[in-house]
Amino acid sequence: MEEKLALFKNRKRFGIEKNIDIIFKNTALVLSSFVAIILLGIVLVVFFQSFESFSRYGLKFLVTSEWNPVKDEYGAFTAIYGTLITSFLSLLITIPLGVGTAIFITEDFVPKVFREIIGSFVELLAAIPSVVLGLWAIFVMEPFFRSFFVFLHNFFGWVPLFSTEPTGRNSLLAILILVVMLLPIVTSIARDSLNQVPKKLRNASYGIGASRWKTIFSVILPAALSGIMAGVLLALGRAMGETMAVTMIIGNSNAFSWSLLSPGYTISSMLANQFGEADGSQVSSLFYAAFVLMILSLVVNIFAQWLVKKFSLKY
Amino acid sequence: MNSLFYQKNSSRNIGDKVFTSLSLICVFIAILPLIFLVTYILIKGGAQITPELFTLEPNPPGDDLDAGGINPALIGTLIITTIASIIAIPVGVGGGIYLAEYSKGGPFSRFIRFGVNVLAGVPSIIAGVFIYALIVSTKILFGSMYSGLAGGMALSILMLPTVIKTTDEGLKLVPNELRYASLGVGASMYTTILKITLPSAFRSIATGVVLGIARAAGETAPLIFTALFSYYYITGFGDLFYEMGSLAVLIYNFALEPYDAQNKLAWAASFILVLSILSVNIFSRIFAAFTEKTKRV
Repeated sequence: MEEKLALFKNRKRFGIEKNIDIIFKNTALVLSSFVAIILLGIVLVVFFQSFESFSRYGLKFLVTSEWNPVKDEYGAFTAIYGTLITSFLSLLITIPLGVGTAIFITEDFVPKVFREIIGSFVELLAAIPSVVLGLWAIFVMEPFFRSFFVFLHNFFGWVPLFSTEPTGRNSLLAILILVVMLLPIVTSIARDSLNQVPKKLRNASYGIGASRWKTIFSVILPAALSGIMAGVLLALGRAMGETMAVTMIIGNSNAFSWSLLSPGYTISSMLANQFGEADGSQVSSLFYAAFVLMILSLVVNIFAQWLVKKFSLKY
Repeated sequence: MNSLFYQKNSSRNIGDKVFTSLSLICVFIAILPLIFLVTYILIKGGAQITPELFTLEPNPPGDDLDAGGINPALIGTLIITTIASIIAIPVGVGGGIYLAEYSKGGPFSRFIRFGVNVLAGVPSIIAGVFIYALIVSTKILFGSMYSGLAGGMALSILMLPTVIKTTDEGLKLVPNELRYASLGVGASMYTTILKITLPSAFRSIATGVVLGIARAAGETAPLIFTALFSYYYITGFGDLFYEMGSLAVLIYNFALEPYDAQNKLAWAASFILVLSILSVNIFSRIFAAFTEKTKRV
């Protein structure tokens, strides 16, 4: 017994090593909780900085579009409308394009090498900085689409969305550049969820005589729907928060207009434009706008995550 | 009998062909912008590249035909990205180690993983707003307001989720047998992590981190009111506490100038930025594909 105990004693770790182990673990723990601290910090800081403006204007801030630093009148409706309309419309264009591309690269229309090249091409698009896309939009896209916008106004001018004379930068260009930015997100997530659909579902559908596209529409897409939805929501969050490319091409005007062919504003472009030079209650109002943007994107992101968690384990 | 053969003109086969062509059109529309964009930047930006570009300061916008170079912005981008990496990599790798090695899927680690995903979705300009409120407007960094240091901090917030995620996922791919073997011969937990699991996950973590750095290097929104912009050479350590230029902000500022000389400088800066980001992306892709193949053998 004595002998065994001695052996056991010798086998014990040195105190110093034990302490290092504990310190290491706790350091890792503290570092991982930084994420929570930063997240909480962002929410609290932005909320408290916007408090002055919040208590003065309340919810009226969200529905009035006066933005006048001289008279100290602030309302962010133009920017909120711009944020929502640009992100939703760009998503509306992106979804069919992105899902169509994803279907093409998950089916076997062309050899695998080509599909992989197409896939990585689209993903490379995501790596291009948005400020470069903005530069490209200003000097290439805007002149390219100018006559098309005139055509849109002449023929569809009775629609409120196209009711103003196109003059240079406008919201529609912002929507188009957002499509370019969102395509890689929607495509790669849609591709991943399409790839996850078990092969036997496809075989069963072919077995009872369905054609390829009947199978895609009635079996594969419904099975992959939750993943695609989550990707779409992530893209929506990105679209609402996207700053540089939109700021450079949207025209930055706070005059409210329903038309997409007139210069507009989004919350993030308002922040990018005014934050550097703002003072007094304008800063607080900008923080209020930032708070609105943050809540919007948080809600969308959390909903996307919930969707992934809820539906991803189906197969 | 007829129904056994492929009928070219039956409605279902025509429908199939229509949809196949539609999806092909989607692919073209999706890829066209990339091709246009990259060729345009390479041609337009590449034409502006001169040796002076890398050594001169940019001239302030004006009727000046000579715009100068982008040296301060180039160095500034390197410095700001380095600061962001110095903050985000240790914190991110440490946090990832905790999530993958220590946490047992309890509520805390689930909350942190959730937080990582939420933080990844926070708009980049909000990170700028946060650092502005916390550091720039309070002048907490030795009385300096806009500074390269503050810009680096704002970027580090954007890098952090990427680093944690890649570390977490990279470590999870390491087979448990390695851990058991190491612990079995009497190694402590930290030795196991530092000498066994972390080195075997090194490649995938490094790839993810490098991609995160490349992404951060092109971020503009968090810098425009934290690091601001500067026309002057970076001469010493003290410049960290003053306004600092970066390629991304240079592109933003000079794209909106009405002068042709400044616009050209913006194109040149885009050329350098896009070329470096794309090559990092392509190389890490090849690298990842290569390691995957060798692992299987």
